[in-house]
Amino acid sequence: MSKKTKLILLLLLFLLLAVMILSSCIGAVTITIPEFLSIIANQTGFSEVVNFKPQQAAVLMNIRLPRVVLGVLIGAGLGISGAAIQGLFRNPLAEPGLIGISAGATLFAVIVIVLEVGIFSAINGVVGFYAISLAAFFGACLTTFLVYRMSSRHGKTEITTLLLSGIAINSLAAGLVGLLTYMATNEQLPAITFWSLGSLGGASWETVSGLLPFIIIPVFILPFLAKSLNALALGDAQALHMGINVVMMKRIIIILATMAVGASVAVAGIIGFIGLIIPHILRMTFTSDNRLVIPGSAILGAALLTGADMAARTIVAPAELPIGILTALIGTPVFMYIIVTERNKNKLYL
Amino acid sequence: MIQVKNITYQIGKKRLISDLSFEVKAGELLAVLGANGAGKSTLMKLLCREISPVYGNILLHGQDLKQYKLPELAKLRAVLAQQNTISISFMVSELVMMGRYPHFKHQPGPHDVEIVKKVMEETGITHLAGRDYNTLSGGEQQRVQLSRVLAQIHDCPEACLFLDEPTNGLDLLYQQQVMELARKLADRGYSVICILHDINFASRFADQILMLKDGQKVALGTPMEVINCENIHETFRINVKLMACEGYNCPLVIPATIQT
Repeated sequence: MSKKTKLILLLLLFLLLAVMILSSCIGAVTITIPEFLSIIANQTGFSEVVNFKPQQAAVLMNIRLPRVVLGVLIGAGLGISGAAIQGLFRNPLAEPGLIGISAGATLFAVIVIVLEVGIFSAINGVVGFYAISLAAFFGACLTTFLVYRMSSRHGKTEITTLLLSGIAINSLAAGLVGLLTYMATNEQLPAITFWSLGSLGGASWETVSGLLPFIIIPVFILPFLAKSLNALALGDAQALHMGINVVMMKRIIIILATMAVGASVAVAGIIGFIGLIIPHILRMTFTSDNRLVIPGSAILGAALLTGADMAARTIVAPAELPIGILTALIGTPVFMYIIVTERNKNKLYL
Repeated sequence: MIQVKNITYQIGKKRLISDLSFEVKAGELLAVLGANGAGKSTLMKLLCREISPVYGNILLHGQDLKQYKLPELAKLRAVLAQQNTISISFMVSELVMMGRYPHFKHQPGPHDVEIVKKVMEETGITHLAGRDYNTLSGGEQQRVQLSRVLAQIHDCPEACLFLDEPTNGLDLLYQQQVMELARKLADRGYSVICILHDINFASRFADQILMLKDGQKVALGTPMEVINCENIHETFRINVKLMACEGYNCPLVIPATIQT
């Protein structure tokens, strides 16, 4: 890794750490930073000193921290898969939500909830979570594959077809989710609504441990594909000429990216725009080099989502804003800004 | 060295390349001429192993192309494709460095940096190093891509270089420079295969010329042997006049009237 890349990644890590601590401290029960450090030191066995109220420790360990960690995982997963998918589609506008991957994941999660309700209630907890996760993952894979096949010809992805396929998949999924909602019983309804808005409210150490492998694997493997993704930016044929097994690489990226997106959607519903704007911010501020953009998107995505979740649960306290609403409200203006600047650079071949 | 032995490529019943054979030794430049749809690009794809011949085989340094692993192949041949648009933009120096990708794992070594610097000087794009690729003119982009391709095989003597219409979109000065560079590389020991449209460029710079029509060989030989009115008429369906030119062995080709 070049020195500059290392430095930027290190700075981003510091930012993430700061946001994590801040987010752990702010809320209905206030925890000061010394108290926070004291609780952490006490819990990890480094110190016997108790400079905090037991209630604060309970809130931090059982409510805040799992939520912060969940935000970090989901933000990292969405950020890195967004960056990887943009590289794969060779298009800065590709985003899991926009091209229908999240919708596919939601659809399959809802199918599991509504149609398999008997099994679902029987295997609650981590196992039940895995069932929904796997379904969401499968849905995400299926839609990615479908969208990719629809929009790629001769190794080239046409952006118009890509976005149209995304619109088609999104409305198909919305229609089917609507149908399932209509069929759903009263007990199932809140669970379904949860998916369409997105929330980290369901955070617990159980959901964190269930989600962990689905995020850790892509986050650690995708950076190794960064160099190949750079080459892929030149074109499929060009990447092949540089000795890259393009078909294999694309498969790996689709599997890893959908793994992260599918599992994130299963835990927190659709959280839009993270996968779109995070890689963009990095590209505009630093470089398009995927050796920075891929790992950087994971870290910055984690920081942004954790920060957004902090805002979501404090702005209208004691109530809570669904985080999907917040990211859409922040994300849409950024997205519009991207469209305008790209248009001015004449990069959009629409 | 690259040997093409009786290759045929077809999609369905349509033959795009029929029973084609030729050989390019180290230090030779072969120019491929042909009208649109003659099979030049298909031939290029076959040589690059983007597609495989239905019959016949292609040998690179005596070994069948299919037996090479992709990373191995990347160190033995580089390709300048015809279309080079990218949607996620890179800085010029980063893009040229991509040519070195087959040679390092994660980060370039000093050797790679040195080569990138050298090829950028050779193609005259040093002043563009810090620019965004997508803001360059078509001709500048073409030269950047050429630098990337050269960087890939710069330290691999006897490698093959495939150029698909390398003078596309360049002005006269750079067309000449690119062809001179191709010639220089051949003289250094590379086997160069170059698709061209300009017959005079081909006869001026190539050791051998292959003329293609409907995927079949019309003529193959030195410029002196193959540049004549009959072959050109056969290949391009145009009438030409030949004009002797002082200082050149091969006559210049001048268009006469178009005839169908």
